[in-house]
Amino acid sequence: MSVEELDPVSGHRTTGHVWNGIKELDTPVPRGVLIFLIVTHIFAVTWWFVMPTWPLGTTYTKGLLDTDQRKIVEQKIVDAEAQRAPWVDRIEKASFDEILADPKMMEIVKTTGHRLFGDNCAACHRRDGKGRSNYPNLTDHDWIWGGGPEAIMQTITTGVNSSNAKSRISQMPAFGRDGMLDPGQVDNVAAYVYSLSHPDYSTPERIKQIEAGRQVFLTTCAACHGQDAKGNQEVGAPNLTDNYWIYGGDIGTIITTIHGGREGHMPTWDERLTPAQIKILATYVYSLGVENP
Amino acid sequence: MIKQLTSSERQGAAVLLGLLAAIGVLMAALGRTGPFGIHGLIVILFALALLFPVLSTFYEPEPDPERLTYYYDDPIKAGIVLTMAWAVFGMFMGVWVAAQLAWPNLAFDAAWSTFGRLRPTHTTGVIFGFGGNALISTSLYVVQRTSRARLAGQLSPWFVLMGYNLFCILAVTGYFMGVTQSKEYAEPEWYADLWLVIVWVSYFILYIRTLARRKEPHIYVANWYYMAFILVVAVLHIVNNIAVPISWGSAKSYTVWAGVQDAMVQWWYGHNAVAFFLTSGFLGMLYYFLPVRAQRPIFSYRLSILSFWGITFFYMWVGSHHLHYTALPHWVQNLGMTFSVMLLVPSWASAGNALLTLNGAWHRVRDDATLRFMMVAAVFYGLSTFEGSFLAIRPVNALSHYTDWTVAHVHAGVLGWVALITFGSIYTLVPSLWKRERMYSPVLVEVHFWLAIAGTLVYVFAMWNSGIIQGLMWRTYTADGTLAYSFVDSLVAMYPYYIARTFGGFLFLLGTLVGCYNIWMTVRAAPATAGRRLDVPEPDGAGMAPSPAE
Ligand code: HEC
Ligand code: HEC
Ligand code: HEM
Ligand code: HEM
Repeated sequence: MSVEELDPVSGHRTTGHVWNGIKELDTPVPRGVLIFLIVTHIFAVTWWFVMPTWPLGTTYTKGLLDTDQRKIVEQKIVDAEAQRAPWVDRIEKASFDEILADPKMMEIVKTTGHRLFGDNCAACHRRDGKGRSNYPNLTDHDWIWGGGPEAIMQTITTGVNSSNAKSRISQMPAFGRDGMLDPGQVDNVAAYVYSLSHPDYSTPERIKQIEAGRQVFLTTCAACHGQDAKGNQEVGAPNLTDNYWIYGGDIGTIITTIHGGREGHMPTWDERLTPAQIKILATYVYSLGVENP
Repeated sequence: MIKQLTSSERQGAAVLLGLLAAIGVLMAALGRTGPFGIHGLIVILFALALLFPVLSTFYEPEPDPERLTYYYDDPIKAGIVLTMAWAVFGMFMGVWVAAQLAWPNLAFDAAWSTFGRLRPTHTTGVIFGFGGNALISTSLYVVQRTSRARLAGQLSPWFVLMGYNLFCILAVTGYFMGVTQSKEYAEPEWYADLWLVIVWVSYFILYIRTLARRKEPHIYVANWYYMAFILVVAVLHIVNNIAVPISWGSAKSYTVWAGVQDAMVQWWYGHNAVAFFLTSGFLGMLYYFLPVRAQRPIFSYRLSILSFWGITFFYMWVGSHHLHYTALPHWVQNLGMTFSVMLLVPSWASAGNALLTLNGAWHRVRDDATLRFMMVAAVFYGLSTFEGSFLAIRPVNALSHYTDWTVAHVHAGVLGWVALITFGSIYTLVPSLWKRERMYSPVLVEVHFWLAIAGTLVYVFAMWNSGIIQGLMWRTYTADGTLAYSFVDSLVAMYPYYIARTFGGFLFLLGTLVGCYNIWMTVRAAPATAGRRLDVPEPDGAGMAPSPAE
């Protein structure tokens, strides 16, 4: 049943096979394909000669260029460090005041700080440092642990409630859950705390509750948050009179905070980042606040 | 459909399903309320759902022996329906996953809908659900026509099809519960893998036995490709999935491979999954449906041979191009890279062979959207293999690796090539299977074509842009020798492209839905072909015209 026939369109013969109507032409492989095949093979074989390619038992052909990806990367790291060394050295030695006053160093702080912040801190504090629920805003001048560059540097280095031996410790006790205050007292003191930042909340019908709350506050909370509730950076107790909140300033969240306590966790960076990087970040975070009056 | 089974085949089916249900009971007992137990329950339900129609026709009379003079198409019809169902599911998941990358809150704070769990439901849904069912159905169709032989047996095709879909269901439901081996494209756990081995070996035997019955002296190229696909996938699947379960009642297992060997085995598997699942099998489809639809002889038999052996030989070596600049030794990377470059020639030879076959039929390409699906698929095949060989060159990969450029390459391949060739084939196949003169609405085929093209172009261009931007942002240094951008900066830059990609994917999904409707209406309402016996092993009369179904 093999009947070869001439295909009028291509001028080639068919092979004579037919499968359910499908036929095949006996066209020779076009010259272009063969040339292309040769070119790619020449490329490949050349590469085999100059580069490490073929296994030889426990070793491999090293290639004429004698390169190795590991060596290349190691060299690149050395070169890059050498390129950065001059300014890294200057930043490490300079005081914060000197850095802040030097436009060249501040430019490095801006670009490198932005990158370091984006890669390490933005997950919690957001890209612009403005924070989000449970993670504080770093641009609002309302500092939990202190807003000078040194204090910021210490926070970054040791973290808060972190695994670092010198970590800052932040403990807001769980007054409701641990039974130190009964639910009524929790509600009262929450109302008092709320009224500090919302004066118009103190309406005549609430004044009694707020006053009762104030009494609780003075005996139970003032030790950490201060008589005036303006906070204490020594123990990381935030100011409760302004309208900047870590966890949220609506009545419900304040009650949750007082009932269940809080223990913010900020990681330690002293092993993950170099001292120069931490210093750049501290300056960068400080300048975020300065730029945001 | 079941009435076509002989009573002994019905008994066989009932026994198999009974056994399957028993396995399900055992799994449920061992796994209790864990994912393994839930999978046991799914196996039981699956077995019962199939047992019901089998038992309800159990005592029907024996089928007419005349059926043996026809091709056996019932499982193929079911396979086409399953193909389209998985297409809709998988592409819907793709659009969802794409939307999550733009708007992460679309995970709705639930564990099952996180990106990490939905992403494999997309890849498995489209590759194995859509692609796999399309390959099984078309291969069984093609092998019968090109061998002029009825399938070897009526029970085993059903076993292959249903068993395979059970595998896909176990895979996808597992991901939602967090069950995964964490190997890309090989996520299903050990018990699903074992099951697939049984199914796949049956598929292989069925295929070989049907070929052995052939009444044609030669084996057509399409069958070489389908055979390569079946055989190599079996080998890959077994080697990459060797694992030890932590207990017989647990879904969790550990692979026997470790460290860099594990990575190499995984990407040897991963690349050849692309090569033999997403390429060889679909080339088989191309080699049958394109010439049938174009009514032209294949351009060159010799080119077919060159490209078949070239692809089959070179692909085996290139897996390491997925691991450039990693802990994998430098020499393995170079080896993979050079073979990837040589691979381009046989790949283009296939694409060229397909396009040159259309010489003399370009007026059909212009008028017939179905043929145009296949023509554009061949173009995208050429494009994505060129891109692949280019990306495999180490310095190029230094820019593209880990970026959306890879995703652009993937989807140029899977949307432009895999999905388009499948739709073109299905539009040829459906009228033939259901004995209709043509598709219900050629206009809707045209609409599907343009939606698919628009979707693919929007998707691929968006990802090319975002991939190259990403790659450049990640490697830009300031004058002071530090990186200029943080990773988050690059994410922000991706946002518009992620939205565009979601839109492109949505268009593609829309096209698929149009296709489903058209297929449904063809089965229900298109005019039937006159009663001549043409599409059978021994046709009436001498004319062996194919059924182009235009
Ligand atoms: C895992 C989340 C997380 C990451 C990452 C993180 N922080 Fe914090 N950070 C916190 C939390 C929570 C606090 C509040 C600690 C507390 O409750 O006292 C905090 C507090 C701070 C403070 C003190 C704010 C104040 O008002 O005194 C500074 C400064 C700070 N972070 C800077 C950084 C920098 C710089 C980085 C990146 C190197 C960083 N943080 C990364 C969670 C994080
Ligand atoms: C042992 C010291 C201590 C005592 C006592 C204490 N607090 Fe605190 N409080 C903290 C610290 C530290 C934080 C910050 C917790 C953090 O950052 O995770 C805090 C945080 C808070 C906050 C959340 C502020 C925000 O920005 O979201 C509120 C509200 C609060 N305290 C109210 C109270 C009230 C009311 C009392 C008395 C019932 C009280 N605290 C007693 C240490 C204390
Ligand atoms: C509706 C159309 C589709 C959309 C919207 C879509 C979307 C996506 C998305 C968002 C990803 C994840 C990319 C990432 O992680 O960055 C992805 C990955 C993938 N998709 Fe699709 N997809 C579609 C169709 C398909 C089809 C039809 C196939 C195969 C036949 C396919 C195969 C894949 C593969 C293999 C990956 C993994 C790529 C990788 O790991 O690099 N997709 N798709
Ligand atoms: C000559 C042929 C081809 C070559 C040499 C090739 C090469 C490559 C390369 C270099 C990568 C990127 C690896 C990385 O950087 O991570 C890649 C990824 C990929 N390619 Fe291809 N490609 C080819 C054809 C195809 C075709 C036709 C398809 C689809 C039908 C395809 C599907 C994929 C997929 C799914 C991935 C993503 C794998 C992953 O990371 O999950 N490729 N390919």
